[in-house]
Amino acid sequence: MEKEPIDKILDLAEDLRWKIGDDFHDELTEGIYADAAEIVGDVTRSENSGGRSRLDTKIDRIVTSKTWGFPIMFLILAIVLWITIVGANYPSSMLSDLFLNTIRPFLKDLAVQINMPWWLSGFLIDGVYMAVAWVIAVMLPPMAIFFPLFTLLEDFGYLPRVAFNLDYLFKKSGAHGKQALTMSMGFGCNAAGVVATRIIDSPRERLIAIITNNFSLCNGRWPTQILIATVFLGAVVPQYLSGIVAVSAVIGIAVLGIAFMFFSSWLLSKTVLKGEVSTFNLELPPYRPPRFWKTIYTSIIDRTLIVLWRAIVFAAPAGAAIWLISNIDVGGQSIAGWMIDFFDPLGFLIGLNGVILLAYIVAIPANEIVIPTILMLTVMVTGVAAGEGAGVMFELDSANETAEILRAGGWTLLTAINLMLFSLLHNPCSTTIYTIYKETQSVKWTSIATLLPLILGFIVTFLVAQIWRIFIG
Amino acid sequence: MSKNTNTGCESCPQHIPDDVKRLGVDTGDADYVVALAGNPNTGKSTVFNTLTGLRQHTGNWPGKTVTRAEGAFIYDKKKYKLVDLPGTYSLLSTSEDEEVARNFILFGKPDVTVIVVDASRLERNLNLVLQILEITDKAVLCLNLVDEAERNKIEIDERALARDLGIPVVPTSARFRKGIPELTKTIAEVASGEIVCKPHRIKNMPKKIKNAVEKLSSELRKQFPGLPNSRWIAFRLLEGDKTIINTLKKGELV
Repeated sequence: MEKEPIDKILDLAEDLRWKIGDDFHDELTEGIYADAAEIVGDVTRSENSGGRSRLDTKIDRIVTSKTWGFPIMFLILAIVLWITIVGANYPSSMLSDLFLNTIRPFLKDLAVQINMPWWLSGFLIDGVYMAVAWVIAVMLPPMAIFFPLFTLLEDFGYLPRVAFNLDYLFKKSGAHGKQALTMSMGFGCNAAGVVATRIIDSPRERLIAIITNNFSLCNGRWPTQILIATVFLGAVVPQYLSGIVAVSAVIGIAVLGIAFMFFSSWLLSKTVLKGEVSTFNLELPPYRPPRFWKTIYTSIIDRTLIVLWRAIVFAAPAGAAIWLISNIDVGGQSIAGWMIDFFDPLGFLIGLNGVILLAYIVAIPANEIVIPTILMLTVMVTGVAAGEGAGVMFELDSANETAEILRAGGWTLLTAINLMLFSLLHNPCSTTIYTIYKETQSVKWTSIATLLPLILGFIVTFLVAQIWRIFIG
Repeated sequence: MSKNTNTGCESCPQHIPDDVKRLGVDTGDADYVVALAGNPNTGKSTVFNTLTGLRQHTGNWPGKTVTRAEGAFIYDKKKYKLVDLPGTYSLLSTSEDEEVARNFILFGKPDVTVIVVDASRLERNLNLVLQILEITDKAVLCLNLVDEAERNKIEIDERALARDLGIPVVPTSARFRKGIPELTKTIAEVASGEIVCKPHRIKNMPKKIKNAVEKLSSELRKQFPGLPNSRWIAFRLLEGDKTIINTLKKGELV
């Protein structure tokens, strides 16, 4: 039988492969290196053979040193958070004043003038509009500060140094050193962090990085942490200390998240994802002075507005849903009321309450709307803040008012601490879950990534609640 | 007021170099397909953004682009589709990001491949350049970050480099939009065939390997006349690359 010409070629290739032996790959690679060296020797003249500037080496010696590496990392994180928390205060209250005291009455009047039925204006203005307004007022200012600062650090070249510092810890926990980079991306957005794990070659280590990315406190959760820390923890100490206490609490939660990332990476690599740690080369790029205004411009346009838009898209229907479940009565009580009653026992067990658990269910699409949902549901249950109808999300002018409402809803310091913990340790948002499924193509790993943090969250908050009740009361 | 050291217009993000019309993601009906390849963190995404007007996220760390991004621009009445490939150090190994880059250059058959290199790290960057030149005939070397090389006191003779590599070399500093009009023009000239490349072939190989590659690639050319990368396919066959063997069997290569 006549052989296809292509098979002849393949046979020839097979034959030649036998003849030249198995160091073909190495010989070829060496050949390429030799050619490259020849050309470079031919065309370049350099007074600096190493290629790295002295200043870079000096900076690296400090920021990646055993002694100073970690303190500098925490200091930078603290400064970024401090600027974010302090700087976001004024624009936030200005925006909420605008949305709540100027635009909302105007919309209400307008609705009356055009004879809009009460349920439609309630649904649209108290539900959809207020949810969107809240998300913009609370999220826009911190994001417009946090993202540019983060991007400046990224442009400067600091992130690979973080990876360098953390590499040892990741290796110890059986994960890939590049996970430090995907973790950093996760601080902005977990879905982005999950996509970024493609830089990890080994499937085992990549899965670990995907599953544990949720322990990076994402942008949707920073505002929750910052608000609760300011309102509850900052309020139990004298005024001049409150800022520092709030910042430390938020950093504490972020660091705890990193600790959980190491712990669960270690757990996974000792159980379902056993294997060798692979080595890799991490290039420390040169420090580059960031192009300041361009960075500010692009990070506001790209990151801030895109994330904000996503939050709005999810907040609008959520606002509508909240208004509906708190205004539709079944058997003498609203649907929300029934659900809160149902979740209350479980909530108590883990130092939270039914309102918070219901809020987390409503907020699966986007973590950003957890706090407004909690406030709205609390007001509805306790009947504080007369004047607002059932199911109206609102922003509060001062932190004290927020605290008052929440205390009226039965909140204690324990509730605040456990909410911060639960906000760190619960299932990823729906976008991240979907991204994990797309990246892993596996229902099993997606479920593990979804449930693992949630289970950890229940365990941790349960233990904290029990210990708190025994020792503090 | 801050002093602006650049000539005002060129440093402004709104400035459009020459008569380039940036089209963003509208990539339909392109006359030419242009691939952007290079080592990680050499500024591919910055070049991509400058040419297309898009804002792919850029950042100073290797491995930031993990998927390929596409955009388009119009220059001299021709439409160019630009594909930003993930950065790789080599095309010889098998990780997922390298696969994307390699498959696109080999099977996507771009009309021009722009290889972005870091001028301060030319030697290491050339490893990838030499591999790409084995795959494709039509390439432009974008010698990026020349401002940094200058600061590091590295001098590169661009004309000698172009001669050695057999492809046009354009020095740029994409972050500051320097050299981008020249790059656009060179891309157009290579695409239209005005500039014909004579790419460098890897020379430093032991005799027996050289002979084996020669024998195999001449057989390949006999079977598929006009195959531009017969040597590369010979390399892959000698390494026993399953993807290439399967593609050959299915006859999808040409």
